[in-house]
Amino acid sequence: MRGSSPRMTAKNHQSPPYISKMRPQDILMPVPAGLCCKPGGFHIDPVRPVERAVITHGHSDHARPGHGAVLATQETLDMMRLRYGDNFAGSTQAIGYGEEIKLGDVTIKFHPAGHVLGSAQIAVSCKDICIVASGDYKDAPDPTCVPFEVVTCDVFITEATFGLPVFRHGDAAVEVKKLLASVALFPERAHLVGAYSLGKAQRVIALLRAAGYDAPIYLHGAMEKITRYYESRGVKLGELRMVKGVKKADLAGTITLAPPSATSDVWTRRFPDPVTAFASGWMRVRARARQGGVELPLVISDHADWDGLTSTIDATGAREIWVTHGQEDALVHWCKTKGLAARPLDLVGYGDEDEGEAPVAEAEA
Amino acid sequence: MNRFAELLDRLAYEPGRNNKLRLLANYFRATEDPDRGFALAALTGALSFKHAKPGLIRDLIADRTDPVLFALSYDYVGDLSETVALMWPKAAALSTPSPACGGALGWGSGRLLSGEKEPPPGSPDSASALPDDPTSPASGRGDELSHHLHNNPPPPTLTEVVTTLRTLGKTELPKQLARWLDELDETGRWALLKLVTGAMRIGISARLAKTAAAALGDKDPHEIELMWPGLKPPYLDLFAWLEGHGEKPVNLDPAPFRPVMLAHAIEDADFAHLDASDYIAEWKWDGIRAQAVAGRDQSGNTVVRLYSRSGEDITKSFPDLLPSLHLAGAIDGELLVLRDGRVQTFNVLQQRLNRKVVSPKLTKDYPIHLRAYDLLSEGDTDLRELPFAERRAKLEAFVKQLDDPRIDLSPTIPFDDWQALAAARADPAAAGAGEDSEAVEGVMLKRRDAPYLPGRPKGQWWKWKRDPHIIDAVLMYAQRGHGKRSSYYSDYTFGVWTKGEDGEQLVPVGKAYFGFTDEELLQIDRFVRRNTTEKFGPVRHVVHEPDQGLVLEVAFEGLARSPRHKSGVAMRFPRINRLRWDKKPGEADRLETLEQMLKSEISPPSAATSDH
Repeated sequence: MRGSSPRMTAKNHQSPPYISKMRPQDILMPVPAGLCCKPGGFHIDPVRPVERAVITHGHSDHARPGHGAVLATQETLDMMRLRYGDNFAGSTQAIGYGEEIKLGDVTIKFHPAGHVLGSAQIAVSCKDICIVASGDYKDAPDPTCVPFEVVTCDVFITEATFGLPVFRHGDAAVEVKKLLASVALFPERAHLVGAYSLGKAQRVIALLRAAGYDAPIYLHGAMEKITRYYESRGVKLGELRMVKGVKKADLAGTITLAPPSATSDVWTRRFPDPVTAFASGWMRVRARARQGGVELPLVISDHADWDGLTSTIDATGAREIWVTHGQEDALVHWCKTKGLAARPLDLVGYGDEDEGEAPVAEAEA
Repeated sequence: MNRFAELLDRLAYEPGRNNKLRLLANYFRATEDPDRGFALAALTGALSFKHAKPGLIRDLIADRTDPVLFALSYDYVGDLSETVALMWPKAAALSTPSPACGGALGWGSGRLLSGEKEPPPGSPDSASALPDDPTSPASGRGDELSHHLHNNPPPPTLTEVVTTLRTLGKTELPKQLARWLDELDETGRWALLKLVTGAMRIGISARLAKTAAAALGDKDPHEIELMWPGLKPPYLDLFAWLEGHGEKPVNLDPAPFRPVMLAHAIEDADFAHLDASDYIAEWKWDGIRAQAVAGRDQSGNTVVRLYSRSGEDITKSFPDLLPSLHLAGAIDGELLVLRDGRVQTFNVLQQRLNRKVVSPKLTKDYPIHLRAYDLLSEGDTDLRELPFAERRAKLEAFVKQLDDPRIDLSPTIPFDDWQALAAARADPAAAGAGEDSEAVEGVMLKRRDAPYLPGRPKGQWWKWKRDPHIIDAVLMYAQRGHGKRSSYYSDYTFGVWTKGEDGEQLVPVGKAYFGFTDEELLQIDRFVRRNTTEKFGPVRHVVHEPDQGLVLEVAFEGLARSPRHKSGVAMRFPRINRLRWDKKPGEADRLETLEQMLKSEISPPSAATSDH
């Protein structure tokens, strides 16, 4: 352990009597603050300030400021610091993939989730029961983060953001080709790609580079810090420029990445006849894309699609599945048809990061 | 099919006309015959299949998916074709065939591996040529290969789909559709289902598709419009000509459409440069512009067609007018409803539009009439090069010769100077329009020496509309626009005052999204952003109190009763005329004002028919 926080060491070393007939819900249970591990004395991805938080990844709906002690990967801690400032938590402790730590009566271990840089699944073991809280994950290749790893367990907690069989994401490289074909067809227009600023944006840039696009890529101001951070962690993104201050005419034929909310705001008026693209798994459904005024939907997701969710559930070997944030009903139904015990977790407070209106400062950047 | 699907997909999201044209032209350039021709046919509505009914598609998906998952998905997506396109099981993913989907798997694997050339499109045995046969090479290697390679059969071409559908029997349709759905990707499946169900709805007019084709050879789209009725999918001769390696196709249609001539709206400043003696004036009738063409085909039979101003064939909607067109020629005129010789308002004429079935009652209650104002051809002679004054003389003779009560001449308005014409426009009833003055929208000015030119040539024809109806209304809600305007609040719902349960209140009476200048748009946008009281998704609720809010001067062409609107009235062609920053919302108009206007607009059909 690199960590130094004494507060992360759980106080209670005697096994309480309930341990003897332990059920999974005695180890982890949903409470208003998030997923609570009573025997370990911590919460996973709490949505309210708690004494001890174990955090899966840096998206703002999972990683919130104001906790006493935070345990997460170095990348997640760094991203929280970038977003919330140095005092985002009382104390912090970094943990690497494959590392194990004992907290109270449980042992937790971090595994790559393939969602964004630093994202982790958290395996919580107590006696002979292992529960994996996978946070957000995807099993599709992504050049900007460590690939997802299947963790065998008894109970698998899965997200269900795209938990309907209509969501099948396909190859992201094909979507990027669509974007490049549009840039070639409309060289006098600017292409604005809406993408969440943590993870999606950097992945789209990396995919563009992989497709051979080597022109400078422009960034909305709100993307700068996180993107530079990715570069500092060794993710190669080629030449990046801030769009602020660039003349309108010079943006013809260029690609700019921006938070989704900015692509339909006053901010877009600085671009010549912009083509509005949006990189998201939601773009699979036309009504969703049209609702957002998107002209070029790109189905690129940092969540597992339906096939990814179901094959992952299969692969974990878990007999019990807890389903959270998203389309729980369909996935729970699917699990039951496969003879698995399944239930929705009914956690609140998770969704897409950056959803809704951007703060004014971001929109004007 | 995949390329066509990509095109449809992109077009469905693209709001800009010029960008749509670019996408289409690019497709026509990059796609070979005959695929591009069938695409043009699909986009211009020239294809019609014995449509696959939604029930058939439902059955196909029900055989392959869990009903609960389908119901949840359909509920989320909201469109049957799209839901099916998205959740159709991948052929490769069917590695553990269940009884329900085993059949699909069997069809999915064989075709490419068989190594045979595809059967010619449309050949009657194209279905049986697919090897279900265990001795085909496919079954030997299939299992082994399908894991490592994406060894799916190639997706069908658009040509294959179109030609097969034309010859396919009803009972074979489900199997064939399933096979194609196995072969295509999400977008391809969506496009296929849209195509076969005949519900494209991607915002492309036939005219736009033809314009894009014309761009291929730098031709005027009117030229294509002229020859169009004589062309057949897949338009090999058309594309050959456009690309410069074929003769110009000749239109053998005996009653072809001729691209129409349009007028510019005249501004006060224009009159200074115009000489009154150069022009002939007519009333501008508030009807439907139409071209009535009669000709003889090779066997000597008379062919009569009616076209809209965009060249759409509307013959079927007006069977009651056809017998009147018994002389070969092409008349440009206005469709109107006449009762007892009196021209009815547009609201009455509307009863005749977009009818699938034209019943005898409809033709009796709303008798159609053609008011002729130009003659484009007579017999086999094209008159369009002649000056208008000469065409007018020929038209007068032609209408006299027709001698039919359903067709009359658009009268000219005598005037010596612009002032006299202004007076006539202000009071059509006194200037010769008599009791028909309610259906007069303004006056038309046509240069005596103008040939009949397609499009909107400058300075030849002018329209000088009567002042529109104008009211002051209050901005209530604003919504973001689309495309270029997606960063602006550019769609406005406005209301007028009425007495409600809680005293004076605003009731919405209409929506407008144009009429303002770019500068005014910026001003309204700023106002909306600073005065939003609530947000509902994309809609902003803008402050509208008697002493706080924005007054919009709204111009519109007419009013109709509408049970769909809370206010009970619907406006025709409303637009923002001016921003009245100088007025307080409390000074805006009241619903009673509109109701007053309504009374003078409407002559209810029931009352009118009882007159007979």
